Amino acid sequence: MIQAPKPDATTGEAVIDCDLKELYYGSFKAVRDTRIPIRKGEVTAFIGPSGCGKSTVLRCLNRMNDLIRGFRFEGHVQFRGNDIYHPGVDPVAVRRHIGMVFQQPNPFAMSIYKNITYGLRINGYRGNYDEIVEKALRGAALWDEVKDKLRQSGLSLSGGQQQRLCIARAIAVEPQVLLMDEPCSALDPIATRKVEELMTELKKKYTIAIVTHNMQQAQRVADQTAFLYVDTSQGERTGHLVEMGKTEQIFEDPQAEQTRQYISGEFS
Amino acid sequence: MDTNAPQEIARPPSPFQRFSDRTFRTVSFLFAWLTIVVVFYIVWEIGSNSAPAMQRQGLGFLSGTTWDPNTGEYGILPEIWGTLYSSLLALLIGTVFGVSVAIFLNESYLGGVVYNGLKLVGLHLHPVLGKLPAACETLLKNLVELLAAIPSVVYGLWGIFVVIPMIRGGCNWLHEHMGWFPPFSTPLSGPGMLPASLVLAVMILPTIAAISRDALATVPPKLREASYGLGATRWETLLAVILPTAAGGIFGAVVLAFGRALGETMALAMLIGNANRISVSLFSPGNTLASLLANNFAEAGGDENKVAVLMYAGLVLMAITLIVNMFGALILQRATSGLKGLN
Repeated sequence: MIQAPKPDATTGEAVIDCDLKELYYGSFKAVRDTRIPIRKGEVTAFIGPSGCGKSTVLRCLNRMNDLIRGFRFEGHVQFRGNDIYHPGVDPVAVRRHIGMVFQQPNPFAMSIYKNITYGLRINGYRGNYDEIVEKALRGAALWDEVKDKLRQSGLSLSGGQQQRLCIARAIAVEPQVLLMDEPCSALDPIATRKVEELMTELKKKYTIAIVTHNMQQAQRVADQTAFLYVDTSQGERTGHLVEMGKTEQIFEDPQAEQTRQYISGEFS
Repeated sequence: MDTNAPQEIARPPSPFQRFSDRTFRTVSFLFAWLTIVVVFYIVWEIGSNSAPAMQRQGLGFLSGTTWDPNTGEYGILPEIWGTLYSSLLALLIGTVFGVSVAIFLNESYLGGVVYNGLKLVGLHLHPVLGKLPAACETLLKNLVELLAAIPSVVYGLWGIFVVIPMIRGGCNWLHEHMGWFPPFSTPLSGPGMLPASLVLAVMILPTIAAISRDALATVPPKLREASYGLGATRWETLLAVILPTAAGGIFGAVVLAFGRALGETMALAMLIGNANRISVSLFSPGNTLASLLANNFAEAGGDENKVAVLMYAGLVLMAITLIVNMFGALILQRATSGLKGLN
């Protein structure tokens, strides 16, 4: 059985309902038949081999793909019941509710303090910045390490600290959903562990969707796991959802043969 | 078979390889030093040739306002003023336009417009026409750089016969109605500071646009993503993230352009009016060091005194450009050192 899961099995409290029937970059069909509901207050992990469209799907959820010329898809992405691709919806507004942390730590070339307040400033927020900076940095488990050097450049931090700074920057504007695109792939195991601990802490307040190459990481942090695979049968490389379910179920009792082979390392 | 025998493929470099390697290194070394020697030689020659004038005129040369070969009274303050005034004015106009052009090029605005146009008629996936947006951008970029390929004297001609008649009406209107404002205090009769600066601005535009565009292009895309990801608009991203990150490179472009504007000769000699006068009016004629040299070297001929005076003026011009470039390099270094760790 290589089919998408029955939607009603997991869409109970879906804060994002993502249904991509066909997704194209120009004339290249990158993803097909992928329906992934993101449930509120949980961590949903996307796993699968390179090129299977995990990041593409994730970037659909806050319209980051709009920046790529030639991107289009059939289907819908709903955020709390509203179609975020509706012509009347401003992608900028979507991204203020659905934040993102990227693969490479990407702090701005400005001070730690200004990195955090950037999102507040563009939102026109008037209030106590100091308080929010401290709260965001504490939330990202970075406060103790940087509290004495908030005026230093964000680029002066180590890779792991930079990534936590980026997480702090994203949560400073209090988004409802946090998308993380392989947030630990540029980090060493210790920094990775810190970010993972952070995720379990963050999911109390935010809904999280994470793309990861690391299956142990998915097992450690995710409540739900979606396995995507790339279909090369028709001479193209089109990614699609193979199966999705509770993390334990995907790893202990996968329904599809492809999932079983992938998680047991028979191919990758 | 002896497995320890030396292999046939690996062997030490032949004498010829070693010789060519050493020759290449020596030649590069010599040429590298040659450039330095040439610079010092030129400075030395100009310095020593201007020594008689320096002794006679002293520092009064820099503050004097008359240039009279008959009485032997020489001063280049109006020329220094004209050089700096025209260059700064050109820099102001050129920077505004150049950085805008750089942003326009780097943000792929044109490609986006062409793409949306194609999409409207459903041809954006066409195998040939689909390449049109990228092609238009390359074309535009090359066109801007082509501005640098127009000879200086052609710019001068264009300035005299096109720019001056074009702006004369407007300038004189400004003078009549706002003559109390010092920059508009004289009428524009023909050549003058403003037409010279306008043409100069067009001449330095490709330098500013091309180098600024390169600086903008080196801003890592991940910073743009980070900003968009936080819900910033394109404008906010540009203003708060992209431009500050590229500021060092843009500043470098401006300094390079300033250096070029200071030394530009032919077009200015044709457009500035060559009047020995200090005026803040944009419409009054003036003079620059470079066009002073260009206009006077022929009649200096064999007269050693006149040659020495011109050499002295040349030395001053060189000192100005040198100081500007050194300052630029220094500030550039400062500005980019804050970006360490960004890749």
